Amino acid sequence: MLKEGQIRIPSGCAISGIFSRAGQRFGGRDIIKSISIMHERSNGLGGGFAAYGIYPEYKEYYAFHLFYDNDAAKEHCEAFLNRHFVIAQTSEIPTTRTEGVIGAPLIWRYFVLPITTRLSHSLLDEKEYVAKCVFRINTEFDGCFVVSSGKNMGVFKGVGFPEDIAHFYMLEDYRGYCFTAHGRYPTNTPGWWGGAHPFALLDFSVVHNGEISSYDANRRAVEMYGYKCTLQTDTEVIAYVLDYLTRQKGLTLREAAWVIAAPFWQTIESMPEEDRVVYEYLRNMFSSQLITGPFSILVGFEGGLMALNDRLKLRGMVVGEKDDRVYVASEEAAIRIIEPELDSVYWPKGGEPVIVRLEGGNQIGGV
Amino acid sequence: MAAFDFYPDYEVVRNLDRCIVCRVCERQCANGVHSCLEEKNVMLADDSQCVDCQRCVLLCPTRALKIVKSDNTYKQNDNWGKKAINELIIQASTGSVLLSSMGNPETYPIYFDKLVINASQVTNPSIDPLREPMETRVYLGAKPAAVERDDRGRIKNNLPPQLKLSMPMMFSAMSYGSISYNAHESLARAAAELGIYYNTGEGGLHEDFYRYGANTIVQVASGRFGVHKDYLNAGSAIEIKMGQGAKPGIGGHLPGRKIVADVSRTRMTPEGADAISPAPHHDIYSIEDLSQLVYSLKEATEYKKPVIVKIAAVHNVAAIASGIARSGADIISIDGFRGGTGAAPTRIRDNVGIPIELALASVDSRLRNEGIRDRVSVVVSGGIRSSADVVKAIALGADCVYLGTAALLALGCHLCRACQAGKCNWGIATQELELVKRLNPDIGYKRLINLMRAWKHEIEEMMGGMGINSIESLKGNRLMLRGVGLNEKELEVLGVKHAGQ
Repeated sequence: MLKEGQIRIPSGCAISGIFSRAGQRFGGRDIIKSISIMHERSNGLGGGFAAYGIYPEYKEYYAFHLFYDNDAAKEHCEAFLNRHFVIAQTSEIPTTRTEGVIGAPLIWRYFVLPITTRLSHSLLDEKEYVAKCVFRINTEFDGCFVVSSGKNMGVFKGVGFPEDIAHFYMLEDYRGYCFTAHGRYPTNTPGWWGGAHPFALLDFSVVHNGEISSYDANRRAVEMYGYKCTLQTDTEVIAYVLDYLTRQKGLTLREAAWVIAAPFWQTIESMPEEDRVVYEYLRNMFSSQLITGPFSILVGFEGGLMALNDRLKLRGMVVGEKDDRVYVASEEAAIRIIEPELDSVYWPKGGEPVIVRLEGGNQIGGV
Repeated sequence: MAAFDFYPDYEVVRNLDRCIVCRVCERQCANGVHSCLEEKNVMLADDSQCVDCQRCVLLCPTRALKIVKSDNTYKQNDNWGKKAINELIIQASTGSVLLSSMGNPETYPIYFDKLVINASQVTNPSIDPLREPMETRVYLGAKPAAVERDDRGRIKNNLPPQLKLSMPMMFSAMSYGSISYNAHESLARAAAELGIYYNTGEGGLHEDFYRYGANTIVQVASGRFGVHKDYLNAGSAIEIKMGQGAKPGIGGHLPGRKIVADVSRTRMTPEGADAISPAPHHDIYSIEDLSQLVYSLKEATEYKKPVIVKIAAVHNVAAIASGIARSGADIISIDGFRGGTGAAPTRIRDNVGIPIELALASVDSRLRNEGIRDRVSVVVSGGIRSSADVVKAIALGADCVYLGTAALLALGCHLCRACQAGKCNWGIATQELELVKRLNPDIGYKRLINLMRAWKHEIEEMMGGMGINSIESLKGNRLMLRGVGLNEKELEVLGVKHAGQ
């Protein structure tokens, strides 16, 4: 049977996210509770979490989470890592045996920085250097997969129901200012751990519910800019499109949202001249980055979280707020289960990005 | 020798029970097929002059006429077919190069017919175009490498000139001279009303049609007919014609009898004299020369018009397109070997060039591999027969299609493929006033609008079925296609999977 990446597998899903604007770090218990209530939206074939602010002691280092099929793959990959990075710390990611979670790979974590001379010889900026190394491992190293590669963040995912995956990774023990979660309902699956979500590149992580109809148009466009879609999943291509628009083209996240879930022309035509010009420009200039078909996504990044629905809002997504906490989930129930008394609840419109950031914190790409 | 070279291919069949000898057929046939034997009050027909344009058939008030393929036959021979024998006989009689019109009619594979389109089921919803917005707007033109911002951080519009279309279809280059004034008027008015573009072809722009400039693409071909500064500035874009799908590698030949006074003035060539465009542009013998012409035209129009370079689909079309993308051109137009013509040597039309589907797929892939697909838009033509072909072309990677033959069919053409004779009974490919006035532009332009609107609706339906509500998301979306009955190599070139995969 072909594994993820060799074949495209559509899937439905559940997503949930919690963000503390004040940057208060909290444990993984709430996000587990939230995603568990949407058990029916998963079928046990994939679950995962992204957590931000979990590695304060190594926050200057890129935290690489890696899956290995076997020791030989690990040895091969570690030699590569040693050639390209200074490794501050290496450890196996702690896991615990969990019923229903089977076929786990070897799971390792590295805190790394590029080797300075190699970086300067590469003529790349630091993030591009790191991204290129990640692509090389994922495309050229059999049995190796970089699960996440951002600073002060990490992705924990696998094959199983999300609550079981959380138990497996002991997610309750991690403390961060932002968690996102994903429960997967693929139409068929080879049960490969790398294919579970979130999908992450550098500090970007994406969880996604939906099946986009623009997939191959988006894929072929980003592959032209050096990205390699190894998993053939929507989530992967959305992550690359966002990375391309923000990191390579310098768009703000909000502008990137206008590109991928662009307003309809009839809406643009009725905008004030000053806005109309910008929206028209973005749609024309980045026409291949428009994403159609149903999706709700949560994009985690350093210091912030973005929630976005497709332009027709073909997937449910609710936002709730309580004090400094912002909750986003596929269903309101998934928010109420952890915070019954919300200050506000709302349903963002199709294509309306909800962007939250740490107060006075790290402003990624402006607003 | 015999009395005739060969028995006519088509026979006029007249139902004498129905014929009322009204003589409409006689008056309508510019080829002189029909005549009346007055003393017997009966109509006669000279089959040998019939081109099967269907004019008499469709104007006969009693439906007394039909044209049938002759069942006269040569002795069965699977190698020497009737066409081969007849063409040889003509050449033995005349010593001439054979001439033909319209696109290659031979039995090459039609890849559009071996590609099928996807639709949503269960995992994502199809979209109903009657209830939800369905967007078909397209921009053609180069895209800049970087986003620029002003002092306040607002995005600046640094896009070079673009063509804005309400749907991904345009009318392709057909010159005034090869087709009639009324045909041009119909195309221009339809393009204006639809919010798309028509193309002047290489014969210049009639002064009456300057007012449709906002929807006009002016063409510059190797003969430079009708090219002057006002002409270049009259349209919204300039197309350099390097080649034509129906006759790659050769120029054009408009017979003197089609160069009537108005055509002569528009073309700036002498009345009655053949207008011959050379095979190459004599100032373009290589790719760097093309770049110079691109920039000359941009200089002449102050960089306000996108420049299109049109080539015929030939074997190394991908490499040529890559060169064009780097030459400063904004749009590449590729014409496949099914593309039409007002006149071409038969051997060239039927044997030179490649199918547009393969050319398009390989150009799109090549430009992407080189990372320059965004630098240019790609427009394809030569074999687009329906909205399904349009959808397939866009999914293979085209930004837009050009329609030539389809537009002429809407105007009354029945593909008799005798344009070179200049006696088009439908008033399209002729300059004879009596014939030209048979095409009423008030009706013609509405039929073009009908056709385009019908196709647009169909495109929207197919997009909706795929769960796509904007045409951008269809462009190059090859996963939406599957091949049926194609071999591995064909699938590889097309970049699609086989049905069932």
